[in-house]
Amino acid sequence: MSDFPLFPAQASTIAWQVDALYGFLVLLTVVFCILVFGMVTIFAIKYRRRSDDEQPEQNHGNLALELSWTIIPLFIALFVFLLGADVFFRLQRAPADPLEIYAVGKQWMWKIQHESGKREINTLHVPKGQPVRLTMTSEDVLHDFFIPAFRVKNDVIPGRYTTLWFEATQLGEFHIFCAEYCGTQHSGMIGKVIVMDPTDYHDWLMGASASDESMVEAGQRQFQALGCETCHKSTSSGQGPSLVGIYDKPVKLKNGQEVTVDVDYIRESILQPRAKIVDGYEPIMPIFEGQISEQSLLQIVSYIKSLTESAE
Amino acid sequence: MSDAVKANGEPKNYLNDTYGIKSWLLTLDHKRIGIMYLITLTAFFLVGGVFAAFIRLELMTPKGDLFEAETYNKMFTMHGVVMIFFFLIPSIPAVLGNFLIPLQIGARDVAFPKLNLASYYLYALGGMFAIAAILMGGIDTGWTFYTPYSSSYSNSFVSLALVGVFINGFSSILTGVNFMVTIHKMRAPGLTWFRLPLFIWGHYATSLIQVLGTPVVAITLLLVVFERVFNIGIFDPTYGGDPVLFQHMFWFYSHPAVYIMILPGFAVISDVIACFSRKRIFGYSFVAFSSLAIAVLGFLVWGHHMFVSGQSTYASMVFSFITFFVAVPSAVKIFNWSFTLHKGSIKLDSPMLYVMGFIGLFTIGGLTGLFLSTLGTDVHLHDTYFVVAHFHYVMVGGMVMAFLCGLHFWWPKMTGRMYPEGPAKLGVMFVFAGFNLTFLPQFILGYMGMPRRYHAYPEEWQALNIMSTAGATVLGLGFGLTIAYFIWSLFKGEKAPANPFQAKGLEWDIPSPPIAHNFEAIPIVTWEAYPYGPEEAASQSTETATEPAKEDEIV
Amino acid sequence: MKLSDHAQGAHSLHHLHQFESAEQQYESATLGMWAFIVQEILFFGGLFCAYTVYRNTYIEAFTAGSHHLDIFWGTLNTVVLIASSLTMAMAVRSAQTNSGPGRIIGWLIATIILGCTFLGVKAIEYTGKWHHHLIPNSTFQWNDPAFPTVTLGPAKIFYSFYFVMTGMHALHMIIGVGIMLWMIAKVRRNEISAQYFTPIEISGLYWHFVDIVWIFLFPLLYLIGRHH
Repeated sequence: MSDFPLFPAQASTIAWQVDALYGFLVLLTVVFCILVFGMVTIFAIKYRRRSDDEQPEQNHGNLALELSWTIIPLFIALFVFLLGADVFFRLQRAPADPLEIYAVGKQWMWKIQHESGKREINTLHVPKGQPVRLTMTSEDVLHDFFIPAFRVKNDVIPGRYTTLWFEATQLGEFHIFCAEYCGTQHSGMIGKVIVMDPTDYHDWLMGASASDESMVEAGQRQFQALGCETCHKSTSSGQGPSLVGIYDKPVKLKNGQEVTVDVDYIRESILQPRAKIVDGYEPIMPIFEGQISEQSLLQIVSYIKSLTESAE
Repeated sequence: MSDAVKANGEPKNYLNDTYGIKSWLLTLDHKRIGIMYLITLTAFFLVGGVFAAFIRLELMTPKGDLFEAETYNKMFTMHGVVMIFFFLIPSIPAVLGNFLIPLQIGARDVAFPKLNLASYYLYALGGMFAIAAILMGGIDTGWTFYTPYSSSYSNSFVSLALVGVFINGFSSILTGVNFMVTIHKMRAPGLTWFRLPLFIWGHYATSLIQVLGTPVVAITLLLVVFERVFNIGIFDPTYGGDPVLFQHMFWFYSHPAVYIMILPGFAVISDVIACFSRKRIFGYSFVAFSSLAIAVLGFLVWGHHMFVSGQSTYASMVFSFITFFVAVPSAVKIFNWSFTLHKGSIKLDSPMLYVMGFIGLFTIGGLTGLFLSTLGTDVHLHDTYFVVAHFHYVMVGGMVMAFLCGLHFWWPKMTGRMYPEGPAKLGVMFVFAGFNLTFLPQFILGYMGMPRRYHAYPEEWQALNIMSTAGATVLGLGFGLTIAYFIWSLFKGEKAPANPFQAKGLEWDIPSPPIAHNFEAIPIVTWEAYPYGPEEAASQSTETATEPAKEDEIV
Repeated sequence: MKLSDHAQGAHSLHHLHQFESAEQQYESATLGMWAFIVQEILFFGGLFCAYTVYRNTYIEAFTAGSHHLDIFWGTLNTVVLIASSLTMAMAVRSAQTNSGPGRIIGWLIATIILGCTFLGVKAIEYTGKWHHHLIPNSTFQWNDPAFPTVTLGPAKIFYSFYFVMTGMHALHMIIGVGIMLWMIAKVRRNEISAQYFTPIEISGLYWHFVDIVWIFLFPLLYLIGRHH
């Protein structure tokens, strides 16, 4: 697959940046190793003991030298820190409007849902050239979603959502590994990212075994079936707050705190609604902990995210 | 003075002074306690080594065909638990620290000899619990015991093993307290802090970490035991618990723990390099303070194990930033050691070869740590074989080499015998070559994406894995050879003089092996540390501080 | 050397063989006990940190849980422990002023009685919790209409902290009582005098430390949100 046996394929927009940083660190390592090994080898030969009673002159250290080799490495270190922090920021911040895909990890498989409703297990079809954001959670223990070719990785945690993003630049198949030890079949919790041309990806989504309903549609269906509509009306007249346009907005809680309505807050409000109640409302929402699967939760979250002012 | 010689003419020393198993098992002599630790430690090293052998055997083939998945998971877990808690953490302090600290500071024993013996038994007891967990079927959580797998899911003997680690933690804490007080209060007259060998500074810094860090992991692991036994829920997300909190608490100790492991190694290297260069350490106070800096800064960086754990971006930035600071004191040491060689009189006897090996391998290990503290690369490298390679470079290439270095250097003092120099040189070469062949390929495997704790992997990585296993075989032979000639030397080794390497230090002014009460008379120290020059040697006075010790006061 | 070493003679400034002087021995013992106490602070500190994280996340649950703790017993125990620190200090003082073994043992016994009272009260409290199904294992039940926002999970976490923190503290108290008994034995063997009462003094340090841990535990566990 790759011509360079030392690197995986550079198959995402960030890959070359990570590799460049890696290459710089390798260079730094080699330079310092040559410096130190060189010094030590040369001294060991040049100053080898020539007679048993040899008494070398003692020295007492050198402040200038000490300060130099403290301060210079410190500056180099901080420079490396800045380079690393820069790449890290880019890894953490998805661009606006990425394609959203959802992953649920469980012992020992990956369950992927696309917004169109299409599901897959242990494979992840993505279009080339488009930013993709994976929102992930676990059904049981810690896992980690790792795509070496894209240089991305993030832990997958039970009880909350984590994300990673990438933009694939090469067609082909690339390894997915679980990279947080999760029990017996940890080494078997692997898969493949399949990068396709955007039109092929669209065809795949709509093709055989396509889902009848998108995630948003599935979410809406469950929203109605579970009776959420009874209290969460599209106006503020219901017993629960209106959910229209709430995603990514700040909201004031009963206890005075202010939180932003992110996917974690939406999930928590379904499973443990009384934990963070919106100001002005009563703690009467039923508790859905243990009653909705992670995949269904993602569908409902997807639906709520989609409720914008204009949609009503 | 006729009490100083046995009936057969042999001089009395701490080894032959009293006989019988009780005189060893109930000893209060720090030297005998050090020897007992050495024996138990070696046994645990072999146990951990056997697990390593199984790991490398399985990884020769891409499929998981040697062991069941669960068995393999137990292999790497137990390799880690045994090696870290029952070998690396005690190693140098328990053996060399115990033996040498009182000797180097001119004391008759540590401050609390009974506590010292208790430390040994706590270590042994903790070890018994760990062995029990292994014999009953083992644990499969990884040595890091991440929740909720360890607290709610694993079916293995986690609680039993954790109790063993907990008990062992007390050994570490009590040793730390003992050494701290000993170094503070029991130095010979005239032996000011800045006249101490750097071996002492290193152990002092280590003791600080042992005392401050170990209790945190103790309570953390205890909470996991309570979670398993009582299901208290604090790490269980279904009750609102936070599995990532475990990671914070665990690494708060476990990062400083790696400095517990390496600082004593640094301590040994300083003393040995000074001897075999016949020079005082260049930049003595910088080396001394760098140990303290590492001890302090080491407590501030634990989150660099958690960059992709779900902790906030900003927390990760802070931890990465501080981690770069903690790298600098280690670099300072390397430079100071290198300059100690400058214009020295260098003899490449086997202890010195170990020093050379240490400098080489620890430099690589330390620098590869930079790849992991750099946020941008750590995302890719976290939980891959790169990390495995990095920590083996610092732990084995660094710490174990330093331990072997120290064992060789002080073996004549401890046992009264010389080890055979030829096999020793061969041993260090086997260890050095085998080690590099084992772990260099793992850096590459890591960057390619091979995750840790995998017993099956994509076929294209087999060649590198086979190389690694071949290296492990050579490494194992090197260790085996070393253990073999050390044992041989106890029976057939040349009798050692008091100072076979013409080293400086209070321990070299007394016989090999030392008498039970260390010094006939406590010296008064008026000279600087490492008085290797001609003027320095002349300033070493033979004044002593005390009357010779009375026979009936000693063990 | 026999393990029962040479500590006889109230008039002797004899010291253990590894020390050069009685003063060195005294300073070492004190420094050692302080170092040990520092690590105990870190031990409890880990619990306090975890407690802080969860209290911050689940303040209502922690308040609710705290309200189900019996403030009467908690306050009583606080008074008992402070009194026991007083009796402990008196024991040290009576050793220091050579008041005779009877006095010293008397104060030590008073300390033990107060310590055991503390443990007895804890037993009463723990039994009460068991009756109310508030032990944080699989028998835990939670239903308090006064706190409608609080669900079982976070309430259970509060009680987990309550039991682990007070349990660890109680364990240290039990060890403390054991140490007191050992000190009584030492006094009876005439090993304590005005010139050498280090064991009593450092046992006092330990006892006071255990007391101080409770001074922190009490408000953190019993007094959450009690000001209204």
